[in-house]
Amino acid sequence: MTIRKKDIEKIAHLARINISQEESQKLENKLVGIMSLIDKMQTVDTANIEPMSHALDISQPLRKDEVTESDLRKNILPLAPETEEYLFIVPQVIE
Amino acid sequence: MDWDIVIGIETHIQLKTKSKQFSGASTAYGNEPNSQACLVSLAYPGLLPVLNHESVNCAIKLGLAINAKIARRSIFARKNYFYPDLPKGYQISQMELPIVGPGYLSINANEKKKDVRILRAHLEEDAGKSSHGVSQGKTGIDLNRAGTPLLEIVTEPDMNSAEEAVAYAKKLHELVQWIGICDGNMQEGSFRCDVNVSVKKKGTEVLGTRREIKNLNSFKFIKQAVDYEVNWQIETLEDGGKIDQATILFNPETGETKAMRSKEEANDYRYFPDPDLLPLLVTEEQIDEIKKLMPKLPDEMQESFKKELGLSEYDASEIASDSEVTKYFLALVDSKVNPKLSANWILGNLYSRLNEEEININQSPIDSQRLAELIKRIEDSTISNNAAKKVFDFIWDKSSITVDQAIDELGLKQISDSGEIDILVDQVLKNNQLMVEEYRSGKDKAFNALVGQVMKASKGKANPSQVSELLKQKISK
Repeated sequence: MTIRKKDIEKIAHLARINISQEESQKLENKLVGIMSLIDKMQTVDTANIEPMSHALDISQPLRKDEVTESDLRKNILPLAPETEEYLFIVPQVIE
Repeated sequence: MDWDIVIGIETHIQLKTKSKQFSGASTAYGNEPNSQACLVSLAYPGLLPVLNHESVNCAIKLGLAINAKIARRSIFARKNYFYPDLPKGYQISQMELPIVGPGYLSINANEKKKDVRILRAHLEEDAGKSSHGVSQGKTGIDLNRAGTPLLEIVTEPDMNSAEEAVAYAKKLHELVQWIGICDGNMQEGSFRCDVNVSVKKKGTEVLGTRREIKNLNSFKFIKQAVDYEVNWQIETLEDGGKIDQATILFNPETGETKAMRSKEEANDYRYFPDPDLLPLLVTEEQIDEIKKLMPKLPDEMQESFKKELGLSEYDASEIASDSEVTKYFLALVDSKVNPKLSANWILGNLYSRLNEEEININQSPIDSQRLAELIKRIEDSTISNNAAKKVFDFIWDKSSITVDQAIDELGLKQISDSGEIDILVDQVLKNNQLMVEEYRSGKDKAFNALVGQVMKASKGKANPSQVSELLKQKISK
C-alpha cells in the first residue's frame, strides 16, 4: 500500500492540522517509508497470535463509583476566551 | 409492488451511576452549566481516564439479561471527530472486542413472538451539550454531560415493521429499568434510539440502502418516524429514484424525516485502541457475583405468575411488563389477596383511574395495602364486586378514611343475615309467580331474572350467591 498527496491532505484535514505544500511533500516521503515497513510486517503470519491492544499486558484498574470532583468554574471559566451564563462560547456550529 | 421493511436499532442508555465514566465528576441532571465539568471532562492534557467499576457491573447485568456472551477481555478505542462539545477530539468507545457480545431479546408485536438478535453492547461516554444561537452567531457549550457513562446496544436488522421496532424499544426500556442500570427517563435523554431503516423488494435477499434516523426519544416518535421514512423510501424507489445512505432527523412538529447536511468525510472516525486504557478483564467470579444480585427477569416473572399464581397469559404479561406494577401486584399477593382478583383490579379499575389522571402506579393515591383491604372485603363477602368499585372511587382522593368506614358511610355492606334475605326472597317469589312457573317449565333465564329482582329489592346489598341458593331451595320445595 502506498500513500499519496491527497491522502495526506485528507488526514490533515480530519485532524485539523494545517500543512504547507512543502511540509506535505516531506511528510509524503516519510509516510511512504513507514507504509513500506508496514507492508513488510503484513507478510508475517499472525493467524494464531492474539492481537495485542496494549503494550502492557495487565488489566485495567477500576475506580469506585464515587463523586470526588467539585465545581471548578471559578478557576476554569476565566481561562476561556468567551463565556456567558457559565457556558463556554464558541462560534455557532450548525448541524 | 410489495416491499419488505428492515429495521435495526442502536440504543444509547445512560447508566445509573453517581460519577462519570472515566472521572469522579457527578452525573446529576439539570445542574448549572459546567458545574460538573472536571478536568477530565474538559480534556486537560496529561490527565488519564480511569474506568468506573459500576459501569462495568451495569454492562455485565445487561449481558446476563439478554443471554449474551460477556467478554472476559474487552478493549477501549478512540473514535475521532471534531465538535465543540467533545473537547478531547475523540470519544472513548469500544470497537473491536466490546464487553457484551451476541445475545437476544424476545418481543411480542402484532400478537407474534419474535427474538430480536442483539449484536453487541459496548461502553462509551456521552458528549457535552451545545446550545445553538445563545446569542447571534454563537454556540454555548455545557460539559456537565460530557463523560456520562453510556452503554450502546446494537441489534441485528431483525425488525420488519414500525410496531416491532416500538415493541423492541419498549421491551428494552423496561428491561434496563428492571435490572436497575438506567433510570429510563426519555425526556432527559437517558434512553435514546437511532433507528436504521431500509426497504427491499419482497422476498429478495440483498438489503436495501439504509438511512439512520437519529436520536428518537419517545416511542410515539419511533412509530411516526419509521412509518414516514418507509413510505418515503418506497415512493422514492417506485418513482425510479435511488436511496443514498444518510443520517436523518425526525421533526416531531411536521412528522417528517429529513437528511442532515451530509458532513464532509463523515464516518471516517479513524478508530484505534486507546493507549490510555488497558484491556478490561472480567473474571468468572465477578460475573457469578453479579448473577446473584440479578432480580428475576420480566419473562421469568411472567412465567411464574402463570404457573404459580394461575394468572392468564394476558394478565401475566401486562403485569410483568412494568417493574412498578409487578411490585404493587406482589405486595397484594403478599397480603394474602387472591392473585387473579388482584390482577383484575390492577388492570381494570386501578389502570383506568391512573390513565384518567395520567399518573404512574407508584403515584397512586390508593396504595397496595389499601387496595388489599378493599379486595379482602370482597373475598369475605362484606361487599359485592360492584359495591367495591363504588368504595374504590369514594376513597380515591380521601386518604384519611379507611375502607371499612367508607363501606359504612356508603351503606354498601352486603346483607348476609339469612333471615333478612329470606323475607326478600319470599316477597319476590310471591310477586313473580309467572317467572317461577317459567323457570319450572325449563326457562333458565327466568331464574336469573328472579335473582335480579331480589338483588334489586335489597338495593344491591344481598350476597348474590346466597340469594340464588335460597331461591333454588324454595322453588324446588
